[in-house]
Amino acid sequence: MDITQDEYQDEYPEKEQKATGKAAPEKTVKARYGIQEAATRLQTRRAAKQRMIFFFFRGAAIINGLALFIIVFFMVKNGISAISWEFLTQVPRSSMTQGGILPCIIGTLYLSVGAILVALPIGVASAIYLNEYARPGKVIRIIRLGINNLAGVPSVVFGLFGLAFFVIYLKMGVSILAGALTLAAMSLPVIIGATEEALKSVPDTYREASLGLGATKWQTIYRVVVPAALPGILTGSILGISRAAGETAPIMFTAAVFYTPKLPDSIFDEIMALPYHIYVLATAGTDIEATRPLQYGTALVLIALVLGMNLIAIVWRSRLRKKLK
Amino acid sequence: MSDNNIKMASEHLDFYYGDFKALHDVSLQFRKKQVTALIGPSGCGKSTYLRCLNRMNDLIPISRVEGKILLEGEDIYNTSWDVVSLRRRVGMVFQKPNPFPKTIFENVAYGLRVNGIRDKSEIEKRVTESIQQAALWDEVKDRLQESALGLSGGQQQRLCIARALAVEPEVVLMDEPASALDPIATQKIEELIHELKQQYTIIIVTHSMQQAARVSDKTAFFYIGKLIEVGDTDTLFTRPRLKQTEDYITGRFG
Amino acid sequence: MTGNRRKKAEKTMKSLFFIIATASVAVLGMIMIFLFMEGLPIFKEVSVKNFLFGKYWYPTSDPPDFGIFPLIIASISVTGVSAVMAIPLGVMTAVYLAELASKRVAEIVKPMVELLAALPSVVIGFFGMVVVAPFLQDIFDMPTGLNLFNASLMLAFMSIPTICSISEDAIYSVPNALREGSLALGATQWETIIRVVLPASISGISTAVILGMSRAIGETMVVLMVAGGAAMIPGSIFDPVRPMPASIAAEMAEAPFRGEHYYALFATGIVLFLFTLFFNVIADFISNRYRQVGEASL
Repeated sequence: MDITQDEYQDEYPEKEQKATGKAAPEKTVKARYGIQEAATRLQTRRAAKQRMIFFFFRGAAIINGLALFIIVFFMVKNGISAISWEFLTQVPRSSMTQGGILPCIIGTLYLSVGAILVALPIGVASAIYLNEYARPGKVIRIIRLGINNLAGVPSVVFGLFGLAFFVIYLKMGVSILAGALTLAAMSLPVIIGATEEALKSVPDTYREASLGLGATKWQTIYRVVVPAALPGILTGSILGISRAAGETAPIMFTAAVFYTPKLPDSIFDEIMALPYHIYVLATAGTDIEATRPLQYGTALVLIALVLGMNLIAIVWRSRLRKKLK
Repeated sequence: MSDNNIKMASEHLDFYYGDFKALHDVSLQFRKKQVTALIGPSGCGKSTYLRCLNRMNDLIPISRVEGKILLEGEDIYNTSWDVVSLRRRVGMVFQKPNPFPKTIFENVAYGLRVNGIRDKSEIEKRVTESIQQAALWDEVKDRLQESALGLSGGQQQRLCIARALAVEPEVVLMDEPASALDPIATQKIEELIHELKQQYTIIIVTHSMQQAARVSDKTAFFYIGKLIEVGDTDTLFTRPRLKQTEDYITGRFG
Repeated sequence: MTGNRRKKAEKTMKSLFFIIATASVAVLGMIMIFLFMEGLPIFKEVSVKNFLFGKYWYPTSDPPDFGIFPLIIASISVTGVSAVMAIPLGVMTAVYLAELASKRVAEIVKPMVELLAALPSVVIGFFGMVVVAPFLQDIFDMPTGLNLFNASLMLAFMSIPTICSISEDAIYSVPNALREGSLALGATQWETIIRVVLPASISGISTAVILGMSRAIGETMVVLMVAGGAAMIPGSIFDPVRPMPASIAAEMAEAPFRGEHYYALFATGIVLFLFTLFFNVIADFISNRYRQVGEASL
């Protein structure tokens, strides 16, 4: 299949050096023909190497998928038997070795929804400022650095902050309010990031068209940009809720307690929460081995809640995208 | 191929994007050391056709080719063909200059290195030669170790040509190589094409009829996925056989 | 008239948004203020040097020892070991998704990685505790499966999604023109990836790795439940350890309000915070200093 060396050389008869029109240094004609051979010799090895490497890459991706599958599998396998109507609608009994987890479910809902109610407006407004109003400069650098670093603050440090500021300094006590505010502070970067991404994906032509029609900047943002970015913003906020719902460390010192028999009736009440409940049952319960099914069951409920929200976010996003098209 | 002067040819080539048939039954021959220009209104399939010639369209998952493309009489879509070696033999220069974010030297050395040239002095020599061939040497000889991204658009494009030449292709495909450049840079590229055809078979897609008239020996006119007319450039532009061709070159559509 | 009012309204909107946008900086500032306010008093009792490099953490004995060196070493070692597992897996998955996988496969795998990130840390900690630990104990015949290795493994799977998705973005944003340029020269796909695509996206990938590690060092529930909890300098990767977040989370509830122990835990929080701050500033520096190479500019 390869052309022979002779034929190949036909392609390059005596170097027509005037070709470049420039004075080129002397060259050895012979050496120029090496690449065909070199490339041919290597071909099989290059292909084999590539096959092997790509095999490992695929393997890495499979391991990741498998990890998710295995974790969910174990939770479902061991937790499904614990799930019942009672489990979801009753309060815990007999030192939390029996009964249900209703207070935890409600607590988690209160905390995550409360967090998002605070974080969403602030986050969206921040993103609008950063993406629509701000001009590059020092101020913007500082704000971005602040957001990036806030995103990196460990969850347990948020817990410490919530304890020192909301619980003690602002005298909220261990309460839904303190926990939700702590979670809100933590979700802020997530929501800002998602919203900014959504705003960025709105083509500039939309903005130009609106401004060109005599709309003001705010009208443009409010009527054109934000609606177009809505799917992304919604997805971001749902992901924010699900993140907040699964967090344990920030609420450990600010909102959650081991056990409380009553459901909360004010935002200053302390509450139980699913993630903390899992931790408590698994490490400090009255009978750790006996409550294993309850632990699995609680974990399963939490996973279902969190992954369910993520799934909703994904479906919602794709549906809204279709509509906008 | 009986005719020894035919370097590359397509026979009854059809090309599909999914269900959409982008090329219809294109048969075309390219002679050694000639410049063939492919012209036509945008969307006519000329670029698609060009990208079939080094199987760049393989990168589009839903694409499909029927018919034959022959390089020295061998069908390059034959399963035994190694696409990597094909692309070394059939080089390509793109519409927008796309130098790698590496030094000027490394841009040209890249193709040599991946194709198994290890010897340092050998690489150096070939890099120098290729840059000279691309008429860029005088402008960059003192800054070979600087980033290629610091060059002007026209220089970047000539660097991309040098990069393509370094691996000693037999055919050079050019996809509107001057469309992103200013008139002076364009002129330089055109002069370069003129020089290069003494060694290489060149196939160039262009949206500018003047450019086609200036640089090419043969011109092929494409319209909605079909090859309408092909002939000597002089003839095609002065005495087109078909009405469609005439309409296009006289600017009545496109 | 209306023009003026409009202008004024526009200006007001802008300032309003600006004020809200500073909220994140304000929160970050408050976090620092309160950490320092509640943490610094410990240094009246212990010198900074003895606190950071003291080898014994016995906060409840009499007299107490407040040396967090074992906790720092524990944090660094779990993060390091997890990085060894997470970086190759994360980056390779990113390359696979961005360069190799067909669209259909990518559409399945990508949400799986996203969902892996969505798993609450307490669930991963629980999994490490009740599934992985007994498993390790059995096959390696260890006294306890709750140890540095187990915690690192769990942390790895928590940081992989971060590393993977940021790397994938970086790889994805490498212009296609560069890939085509390389392939058109007769490079194989692998050569194109390793010699052109990865170098062009290296700043994004480095950022991804650093942020992944930052996530690992600050992660609390996993190390609290899985690392074993011994405040000792580990001798092997199968020793139990007590990283900083675990110590804070486990002890805060029992520490007497504004007692020495309470201050010491806040001070540990300061150290942890500074660690992640350091990681993030570096990540920020890299992503600003070495901007991703975009389209070749004309």
